[in-house]
Amino acid sequence: MSLRVFIPRDSGALAVGADDVAAALLEQAHARDLPVDLVRPGSRGLYWLEPMLEVDTPEGRVAYGPVTPADVPALLDAIVAGAPHPLRQGLTDEIPWLKRQTRLTFARCGIVDPRSIDDYRAHGGYRGLERALKLSSDAIIDDVVKSGLRGRGGAGFPTGTKWRTVAQAGRGQKYICCNADEGDSGTFADRMLMEGDPFMIIEGMTIAGIAVGATRGYIYIRSEYPHAVEAMNAAIEAARRTGYLGEHICHSTDSFDIEVRVGAGAYICGEETSMLESLEGKRGTVRAKPPLPAHKGLFGRPTVINNVLTFSAVPYILDGGAQAYADCGMGRSRGTKPIQLGGNIKHGGLFEVAFGITLGELIDDIGGGTLSGRPVRAVQVGGPLGAYFPRALFDTPFDYEAFAARSGMVGHGGVVVFDDTVDMAKQARFALAFCAHESCGKCTPCRIGSTRGAETVDKIIAGDRPAANIAVLEDLCNTMKFGSLCALGGLAPIPVLSALTHFPEDFGLAPRRLQAAE
Amino acid sequence: MQYEPWEPARASDIIAGLTHKEGATLLMLHALQQAFGYVPQDAEPMIAQALNLSRAEVHGVLTFYPDFRREPPGRHVLKLCRAEACQAAGGDALAAHVETRLGVTFGATTADGAVTLEPAYCLGLCATAPSAMINERVVGRLDAAKLDALLTEAQQ
Ligand SMILES: Cc1cc2nc3c(=O)[nH]c(=O)nc-3n(C[C@H](O)[C@H](O)[C@H](O)COP(=O)(O)O)c2cc1C
Ligand code: SF4
Ligand code: FES
Repeated sequence: MSLRVFIPRDSGALAVGADDVAAALLEQAHARDLPVDLVRPGSRGLYWLEPMLEVDTPEGRVAYGPVTPADVPALLDAIVAGAPHPLRQGLTDEIPWLKRQTRLTFARCGIVDPRSIDDYRAHGGYRGLERALKLSSDAIIDDVVKSGLRGRGGAGFPTGTKWRTVAQAGRGQKYICCNADEGDSGTFADRMLMEGDPFMIIEGMTIAGIAVGATRGYIYIRSEYPHAVEAMNAAIEAARRTGYLGEHICHSTDSFDIEVRVGAGAYICGEETSMLESLEGKRGTVRAKPPLPAHKGLFGRPTVINNVLTFSAVPYILDGGAQAYADCGMGRSRGTKPIQLGGNIKHGGLFEVAFGITLGELIDDIGGGTLSGRPVRAVQVGGPLGAYFPRALFDTPFDYEAFAARSGMVGHGGVVVFDDTVDMAKQARFALAFCAHESCGKCTPCRIGSTRGAETVDKIIAGDRPAANIAVLEDLCNTMKFGSLCALGGLAPIPVLSALTHFPEDFGLAPRRLQAAE
Repeated sequence: MQYEPWEPARASDIIAGLTHKEGATLLMLHALQQAFGYVPQDAEPMIAQALNLSRAEVHGVLTFYPDFRREPPGRHVLKLCRAEACQAAGGDALAAHVETRLGVTFGATTADGAVTLEPAYCLGLCATAPSAMINERVVGRLDAAKLDALLTEAQQ
């Protein structure tokens, strides 16, 4: 019997040498005449253990990591002999970091072969679509509404409501657009799914197409993700070959097909109307709303736009999971949230959990603190437009409303950890410079305000009339917040003001504790 | 990376193969850059004609997107992530190191034509930061030594 081994093809694993480990494994196995069946799945999301190698055993998969090519000979000896090895992590499913999670969306990621539609089906794939094909449009949307699913791309808009609007927007050509621009720094959940479980995204988009009466879908993937583009294209091809995409899917009366489109390095193209412009082959300038994309979207037609994670939650919900999904979470934030832990963190990776876990639990218990071993000083949650929180706010639960109440945002769920060497004035400056760099140029507060803001922070850092310049900065931030057409200019003040509020000493002001005592 | 020399007939073929697609401008720009390493000015009227757009419109699209180059790149393209998770893991010092070592700033190509240095704003490798991409190869947990080894390989 051959040894079944799993080494991820995920780009996070490739970036730390997974291909070299795979090559070493095949070479060593060949040298020993040991038959090996090597599978290249996505990543389990325990990135500090990547490259992680798993072996099938009668008890389940056993993990080893982080493995280097030099480890492979001794590792293979230990595996064959059933002997202990220092890199052995035990049964993968029993690793506490994984066991503490509630994996609904990432249930298959790292387990199935992302190139195999049979493997997807063997792990429960396409059951949601099969059920959806028997339901009316209304019944499908009712399920999505019942699940409480809110958009995972950032704004948290109720998905069922959006779909219903498009379903009711008359007949004729409609579109399904999957937003896979994942521009937020510190986020990689969309990428992991595209590389690790692409059929689930296809299934979710297909269900959306049937629900609203759309026959064409696009998935807009950022160019920084060549491996995801390749994986999605391969999966779309496989789905077409097996009748899961194209005319009369699964011999039904419904037709649906998907095409991958690749972005070109513009962060603003993650904003939905900018993405539509880009899909139409134009400059990615933001459109004014109304009209909503649900009424007039791609090429002026009614369009559903959802994030990768939103579409990915749909197959589970349609496979009888609507109530189970709604039963997870807190308040109006239902279901699970795939959280991405990155930056200066000991145990970084993908942690999917019901809403409600606190920031402190995530960073200290799960993340294990910083990689540098220095104290955690600041955490940015929700991408480049998200707030910087100090330790004093670590009791904030992961919940859209709870973060908003503290002038922050959950966004796409990226959590970036900084140690005490961080200079928060520099981070504030970066947020403004990034906004200036990425502004689509349509409105003045964003385009000019961000540039002026960065210059003003420079003056503050240089000690040039700090008090007066901080007032100028706050004023600029207010103008941007209220005078911008879209959330790039509207939210860019968040990282700036949170840095200023929570870390005033980095701007040459007295620390907050002292101020409060005055 | 091996690119073909600019050849209008070849460009015409590439463009013609994509005219049937909806909103094909970006598709064409990507395909041309894939073949030639950049999108020369001469390509603009060709795309404009194929899609019934004005030349100014095509130029507007080309210049909006940071990915599209209007000059040929070096033999290798190094994209170093400059975004927050990589900053938190020492990315700024690494960026300064690369600039010194290559003797160019971000956006420029070394005098010997070996390396074009470009910034990236997140490569989705934030749990193994700092990160970079050299040509289409991704690299994580970078430090100065690892980066130097990559550059030495590229500059040979
Ligand atoms: C500047 C900016 C960038 C955005 N980037 C993304 C992105 O990369 N991915 C995404 O899904 N949504 C992004 N959004 C949100 C989208 O506009 C939109 O709300 C989302 O795609 C809707 O899908 P959802 O309801 O499933 O979240 C961005 C918004 C703004 C203002
Ligand atoms: S806020 Fe900035 S990015 Fe958004 S529409 Fe205005 S200029 Fe464009
Ligand atoms: S911030 Fe550098 S890879 Fe994400």
